[in-house]
Amino acid sequence: MSTNGTPILELEGINTYYGQIHILQDENIVVHEGELVCLLGGNASGKSTTLKTILGLVRPRTGTVKLAGEDVTNMPTAHRIQRGLAIVPENRRLFGPMTVLENLEMGAYLRPKADLKAEFERVYELFPLLYDRRGQLAGTMSGGEQQMVAMGRALMSQPRLLLMDEPSMGLAPVLVERSFEIIKQVNDTGVGMLIVEQNANVSLSIADRGYVLSTGRVVLEGKAADLLENEELRKAYLGR
Amino acid sequence: MTGSYDDELSRPLDGALEASTSEGPTSPAVGRDEWVARHGDNRTGRTGRLGVLEARLRVVPWWAWLATFVALFCLVPVASDSGYVRRVAFDIAIYMLLALGLNVVVGWGGLLDLGYVAFFGIGAYAYAFLSSEQFGVHLPTVVSIPLVVVVGAIAGFLVGLPSRRLTGDYLAIVTLFFLQLFLTVTTNGDDLFGRNVTGGSNGILNIDPLSIFGRELAISKEGGLFNPAYMYVVLAVFVIVYVALRFVNLSRTGRAWRSLREDPLAAEVMGMPVNSLKLMSFAFGAAIAALSGTFVTALSASVFPLSFSFPLLIIIYTMVILGGSGSQPGVVLGAVLIGILLELLRDPGDSRVLFYAAIVVGVLAVFRLSVKLAVVVGGTFLFGLALHSIAGAVDNAWVNGSGGEGGGVADFAANWVIVPVNLADWIPPVSYISLVALALVLTLVHGWVRIGLLIPVLYLAAFVWENVMIDQPEPTRYIILGLILIALMVFRPTGLLGEKRVEII
Repeated sequence: MSTNGTPILELEGINTYYGQIHILQDENIVVHEGELVCLLGGNASGKSTTLKTILGLVRPRTGTVKLAGEDVTNMPTAHRIQRGLAIVPENRRLFGPMTVLENLEMGAYLRPKADLKAEFERVYELFPLLYDRRGQLAGTMSGGEQQMVAMGRALMSQPRLLLMDEPSMGLAPVLVERSFEIIKQVNDTGVGMLIVEQNANVSLSIADRGYVLSTGRVVLEGKAADLLENEELRKAYLGR
Repeated sequence: MTGSYDDELSRPLDGALEASTSEGPTSPAVGRDEWVARHGDNRTGRTGRLGVLEARLRVVPWWAWLATFVALFCLVPVASDSGYVRRVAFDIAIYMLLALGLNVVVGWGGLLDLGYVAFFGIGAYAYAFLSSEQFGVHLPTVVSIPLVVVVGAIAGFLVGLPSRRLTGDYLAIVTLFFLQLFLTVTTNGDDLFGRNVTGGSNGILNIDPLSIFGRELAISKEGGLFNPAYMYVVLAVFVIVYVALRFVNLSRTGRAWRSLREDPLAAEVMGMPVNSLKLMSFAFGAAIAALSGTFVTALSASVFPLSFSFPLLIIIYTMVILGGSGSQPGVVLGAVLIGILLELLRDPGDSRVLFYAAIVVGVLAVFRLSVKLAVVVGGTFLFGLALHSIAGAVDNAWVNGSGGEGGGVADFAANWVIVPVNLADWIPPVSYISLVALALVLTLVHGWVRIGLLIPVLYLAAFVWENVMIDQPEPTRYIILGLILIALMVFRPTGLLGEKRVEII
């Protein structure tokens, strides 16, 4: 919660279409430096499209995407990664036949190899298990371990903003809570985070602020603690 | 309403908490899987002598394998002075180079490039243009080969451009179209805007042999025998390419290619330049194909469009898939095996032995040592003997058509398979189609019905082989390649030496 008020990510008036279909409708989202924000919503609410828009995999028809004050709306993905963006994708999407070490290296693809020592140390400190297993093929690890590799891989690029797409997916309940503990721990090191989740309770319990999306619109936003109390939230989140 | 249900789910399972807190000092460890952690050493390998051998072989370094392989390959012209054997060795060396190149695009880049053979052709034609009377240019080899490689790389780069937007089957169609375009242009290139460029279907003749620092490498030795020096040149180039590619594969680029193949989206969000990586793998593959083209052209002193058409494409793909796409030693092994197999199938005697051996091995592999094996082998044997003697008793002309090479196997076949002296026109298509149909039925039935049906099917296969396929070596070769691919898909999808696919769920 080391928020100092400078926005690291700003989505302003985003309208995104897939062909004729209007997906994101005038979406406005802000994440400040070091802030932990969660983006809630049911299926087909536009969560994934929002992430794709931030990453540059989908271009909005109108509106701007700003990273640390710079307008990156028309910049390629690689440029955004260099500006301090990183993602832990849905289902983790590790490179299965490659070792943990190689996966981590790929996360720092855009950084010169000489600087990586500090990053490796930071990731290994956070996830000692990854050090023990650095020679293991990522695809042979269990779901929870893969989640660690995916987070480690994303942290290798020294992000200022880490996007997390459904981190609780496919994890046993006991692991979900611990996974969120780790997320909190990473956030405490000063990394801003935007977490896209269906699991409202757990994610709001660690977040600073939250947005609730429904059919492409932000229908609710506010302090996480307030949202947790909100009756509307359950309605919007459950989609009825 | 969500209350109780949610609580139920988010409460840790009995014992889970203890298990996770017992991990000790390694925490925080999200999702450390206790079972995997405790049983990590439970992997079982082979035991006994085979296991020891396997473990010993695994520690042999890659360069030792390569050196042994190349040394053995070098001995081929020493072991045999037959021009045919030496020529086949040269062809296989070319296949090995081509397979290495295709492996870069398909195995590492994960791009389905069906125009690969066109780059082989572009290299061949580029060398011909630079070293013949076609344009009156005669460059020394040390100059022309680097030029050809650059031309090949540029062509690969240009054809790869659509790969930025297309993937999978779409890319396959575009590249296939490029191959067709190449064939059309070269075939009609004797009148390209009024100029003779490629010599059309007559090709380009009298192309210069390789010359190394002013010394020409004659394509044939005294007595018209093919000069094995060409094989050594290709082998040397093969070693250079193999080692170079190995280093590329271990580099950052190589790993980026692998990530790209595994998951293009994940690779992109790691900030990898996906498009340039794809173009690079296209250019690498094309350059290697073009390089191989120069040697073939120099050795045969001529180049024709039809040497670069679809059959060759199928052959190279089979090599890469059989050996294990993505594995360098794998695709080389595939090239050697398929290269030898295709030559064996040319000769009726060898292909006959191969056919019966494949059936016996196949039946053994499926049934192992069991009662069923005895029933199938014995049943098929008796079934054939009975049919053969009945047919022979009715009319001798029904069984006297056989004969030919293959030693004991041929004698056995002559006394077992019905081979009429005069084959009626309708028999080949009907027998072939019913064989295919019955093989399909076999996959639908189970148990003893399948075994009962297998006996006549095996006999019918032998009948079709002896009466139809053995006389048609060319289509037979491709049918066999198809069968190999089907068997691979079922029994070993990764190929002989391919990486085990690890599925992320």
